[in-house]
Amino acid sequence: MSQTLSASTLLAVPLAPLVGSLLAGILGTSFGGNRIGRRLSHTFTIFGVLVAFVLSAMTLKSVALDGARFNETLYTWMMVGGLKMEIGFLIDGLTAMMMCVVTFVSLMVHIYTIGYMEEDDGYNRFFSYISLFTFSMLMLVMSNNMLQLFFGWEAVGLVSYLLIGFWFNKPSAIFANMKAFLVNRVGDFGFILGIGLIAAFAGTLNYTEAFAKAGELAKLTFPGTNWMLITVICICLFIGAMGKSAQFPLHVWLPDSMEGPTPISALIHAATMVTAGIFMVARMSPLFELSDTALNFILVIGSITALFMGFLGIIQNDIKRVVAYSTLSQLGYMTVALGASAYSVAVFHLMTHAFFKALLFLAAGSVIMGLHHNQDIRWMGGVRKYMPITWITSLLGSLALIGTPLFAGFYSKDSIIEAVHESHLPAAGFASFAVLAGVFVTAFYSFRMYFLVFHGKERYDQNPDAHHDDHHGHKEHHNPHESPWVVTVPLILLAIPSVVIGFMTIQPMLFGEFFKDAIFVDAAKHPVMEELAKAFHGPTQMAIHAFTTAPFWLALAGVALAYYMYMVNPALPAAVKKHIQPVYTLLENKYYLDWINENILARGARALGTGLWKGGDEAVIDGVLVNGSWKVVGAVSSVVRWFQTGYLYHYAFAMILGVFVLMTYFVWLNK
Amino acid sequence: MTLTLGHFLSLGAMLFALSIIGIFLNRKNLIVLLMAIELMLLAVNMNFVAFSHYLADMHGQVFVFFILTVAAAESAIGLAILVLLFRNKSSINVDELNTLKG
Repeated sequence: MSQTLSASTLLAVPLAPLVGSLLAGILGTSFGGNRIGRRLSHTFTIFGVLVAFVLSAMTLKSVALDGARFNETLYTWMMVGGLKMEIGFLIDGLTAMMMCVVTFVSLMVHIYTIGYMEEDDGYNRFFSYISLFTFSMLMLVMSNNMLQLFFGWEAVGLVSYLLIGFWFNKPSAIFANMKAFLVNRVGDFGFILGIGLIAAFAGTLNYTEAFAKAGELAKLTFPGTNWMLITVICICLFIGAMGKSAQFPLHVWLPDSMEGPTPISALIHAATMVTAGIFMVARMSPLFELSDTALNFILVIGSITALFMGFLGIIQNDIKRVVAYSTLSQLGYMTVALGASAYSVAVFHLMTHAFFKALLFLAAGSVIMGLHHNQDIRWMGGVRKYMPITWITSLLGSLALIGTPLFAGFYSKDSIIEAVHESHLPAAGFASFAVLAGVFVTAFYSFRMYFLVFHGKERYDQNPDAHHDDHHGHKEHHNPHESPWVVTVPLILLAIPSVVIGFMTIQPMLFGEFFKDAIFVDAAKHPVMEELAKAFHGPTQMAIHAFTTAPFWLALAGVALAYYMYMVNPALPAAVKKHIQPVYTLLENKYYLDWINENILARGARALGTGLWKGGDEAVIDGVLVNGSWKVVGAVSSVVRWFQTGYLYHYAFAMILGVFVLMTYFVWLNK
Repeated sequence: MTLTLGHFLSLGAMLFALSIIGIFLNRKNLIVLLMAIELMLLAVNMNFVAFSHYLADMHGQVFVFFILTVAAAESAIGLAILVLLFRNKSSINVDELNTLKG
């Protein structure tokens, strides 16, 4: 590709996975008569995603090196009044980076799935879904208007729903996908209100046109109130991001989504879909910059998520749930960065997180396969010996996650902490504390899991549930085995960026021109990035400097504590648990949010619904209006019918009486 | 004694009253009922003609012709219905004809 980006090439990026998905989904399942087998299904879909990845990488290259940009509408769907509904692409640094992350992780997950889903009957269906997801996510990130963004937003939500409930015979999976769907509806409601407000007041859905009117919007107030319109818009949009990116208190669906197969946990619920909210806020930065209230709100929500979800990770025993809570906490970090106006830092963390968290999830999946579908870390231990590649790659992933200097996570997470520290918003103090404490918590739960899984005594035979789970026809050998190459190759390929990507890209992404026209920061009001740039003297310097800062020592303390509690003195956790029983119970119940949702919100909504059904529908509408009206008519007619005797002379008499009355009226009364 | 408008109007009123009584008192025969209605129309015609004469306006007498024509048509239809009714019910007794009852 040359200087310019061609529309047809860009169109091929989302469409290639869609074609793969349709081929696998229609021809590979009983829907189209099982015309193609497993091998063809995965070949088609992987080829589609590979095409998308190669084209994305070429796009990134021309965007980054040649400064190519693309912002055109390809198709006008409809016009309603002056409002255009269009499909178009906006390609700049932010989009190109997201495209590469999405297609790369998706490609890795596709390859990994060949090994992970080998024994599953829904093999072709699964490939169809993940390719469809790739298509939807690409439509979301490449969009140049809010309508297409919303389309992609809902489409990824749909695929997420389908994949969480992939094993639809499991009641818990059905519960989880319904929960994810409903919680996301709450967020999406806010999101569409935000889009609607922009459409109503700016009169356009196109990003460029809407952002051009941002200054006018900032002067308006919300009709009927004295709230700033821009604040209402931003908070509505952010509520959408809270649903999709699982921010407190709409985070409850993400841990449950672990009911789905592990590859999708890596792709959808760690690397890409859940970061759509972060991406959206970064994309809308020209609007968010105008509202300090909204930014404060974002900071508070983000810091609550970052810290408190990390605590929950400490007590989880399911390997996937530990990683899920870690994802929540990291999403909180990204949100905090957004709130501090360090959008590029948030997106930078989004990228590094996508690599190392996908890696951790896929490694967890590999461990689960190696241990014959045991997910409980209490019954693991010593896996290192049997699964060397998984061990090394997860160690690298965990080191990246906790922010070890030189690893990818270090650059992004330290930048976030630094950015929050520099922010002058009122909520920044709390956020600053939350992200610092979060470093310790992250290190602790990551290495708790790491030590329990890969080191220590082998505890496979102590699992009380082992025999119930053994439905895959394995022989009764309990020793783990290393996964096949289709699983380990993606692990290795993801481990490489998890280690080096931060070092390589921090300079252009945070302090260079890469995001210059994609992300807008009001430098006078929020000088965070300037402060960061002043303190930055190259990635190596930053890593050396880290040894003198608090985050590094906090992380180290977390690792050391995990080592002491789970390797040196394994009796300690139980003793600690006994001492802090109330706290433990609180964490065990996830701060009772599920309880509140199920018993107060869900039950309240159902009580309200039942009340309206019984009282409103059955009593008022059916009882009074529908049945009531015929009853009144019936009662009146049953009296009136006695006047209808059927005798002609009665009718004649009535007529004459009428004539008489009329005459009386005209002659005497109306003189 | 000269005939005044009052005499003619009284005659009309008497005829009208007679026909009303005819309608109410008659319980047996539908034909009598039709005749009573005809009589009622004639009473009205009487008034028309009387007014027309005394007010020296010919319009009233023109109306009488129309009314007579319509009355003739009406009687023809009424009798035709009567014949059909008798075929179906074998009776023209007014007291038995109450199928319009609600």
